[in-house]
Amino acid sequence: MKLTQGQFSFLPDLSDDDIRVQAQYAIDKGWAVSVEWTDDPHPRNTYWEMWGHPMFDNPDAAAVVYEVNECRKAHGGKYIRVIAFDSTPGWESIRMSFIVNRPAEEPGFRVVRQEAEGRVIRYTIESYAVRQPEGARYA
Amino acid sequence: MNNTETEMRPETARPQTVDLAAAYQASGVRDVLDELDRTMIGLGPVKQRIKETAALLLVDKARREMGLAVETPTLHMSFTGNPGTGKTTVALKMADLLHRLGYVRKGHLVTVTRDDLVGQYIGHTAPKTKEALKKAMGGVLFIDEAYYLHRPENERDYGQEAIEILLQVMENNRDDLVVILAGYADRMDRFYSANPGFRSRIAHHIEFPDYTDEELARIAEVMLSEQNYALDDGARSAMAEYIALRRAQPHFANARSIRNALDRARLRQANRLFSTAATPLDAAALSTITEADIRASRVFRGGLDTDRKRAME
Repeated sequence: MKLTQGQFSFLPDLSDDDIRVQAQYAIDKGWAVSVEWTDDPHPRNTYWEMWGHPMFDNPDAAAVVYEVNECRKAHGGKYIRVIAFDSTPGWESIRMSFIVNRPAEEPGFRVVRQEAEGRVIRYTIESYAVRQPEGARYA
Repeated sequence: MNNTETEMRPETARPQTVDLAAAYQASGVRDVLDELDRTMIGLGPVKQRIKETAALLLVDKARREMGLAVETPTLHMSFTGNPGTGKTTVALKMADLLHRLGYVRKGHLVTVTRDDLVGQYIGHTAPKTKEALKKAMGGVLFIDEAYYLHRPENERDYGQEAIEILLQVMENNRDDLVVILAGYADRMDRFYSANPGFRSRIAHHIEFPDYTDEELARIAEVMLSEQNYALDDGARSAMAEYIALRRAQPHFANARSIRNALDRARLRQANRLFSTAATPLDAAALSTITEADIRASRVFRGGLDTDRKRAME
């Protein structure tokens, strides 16, 4: 099951050139671009691990592609995303976020039904991947 | 990650002929070269080398458009010469030139020295060097006094780590940035013989000659006119004498010495106007540097007192 979070996630995987163009758009807008990775694909897992500092003063997106490739060397089998942070007053938030690397095998999510008082059923989703301990997921 | 899309894209029609003169005009290279000729005094061999390099890059670009060449040529350069011979200024122009020819995307110049690349403790160097390299991507990285990176007397110096990262990025990210190493000629030669990797990765070695006395005099005039000052006739001959004397003294740094001398002359001129002139001053008086302003320099009395003492001992 292909994980669909952030932008462009219903499109085919982005090539390095695509990443460069998108990151350059963010840089030209004055947003700080950074690279993050995780092995917990739950949609509510907002804060991924940072790969280096956010790039506040790099005028060219080649640096972003370089860092993405460095991150792939260390965490090639996990999810890697590029985010762009807008620091202008009133925003101070993420403006762009897209996945640039995903595991070869994405097992997807299962639904867990919890029987509560009376006839209430509570639903939750859980990735099959997180059954393994952190660091041992996605082989 | 995958380049299938670019590979599948249909081949665009390649031009059959190329008009070099038109490409020369359209790229704006001519403006940069003209500006270089106009604003930089002297430096004949440097200008010649830059013109040759521009011609090579223009032809290479045309060849690539016709599908004759595919590799990005090696553009890393080495500027050697004494202090104050215009290495940084020419590097700025070079960045502009490469940008107009389309070899770098942004054309900005990032100037760094050893301090910006080498860290102070283990594990500090690599992030620092990579940070500087990332900042320079899309432009030109200018490493001033590059030989300080290599400290042969200390084999555990972190400079070696910075050199290894530099070499790796210079090789793998040739499309993304151009590295220019600069420094004194003799020490750069020693640096290259200790790091053969650098010599083979640098295609263009450009030597900056010292300025002659006449060229320095012209530079002085240009520097002053840029700030709306002028020398009178007495000051002009005093300046010529000053240049000849200053060259013989220690720590002579070509155009930089001249700039400092002129800054001090302006200071003396301001003091003179303040203490002597009582009448209303016109613009000419405010912008003229006289012989007295130049002759008051310590250079005419044999340089700094400390240097003179050292010479006597």
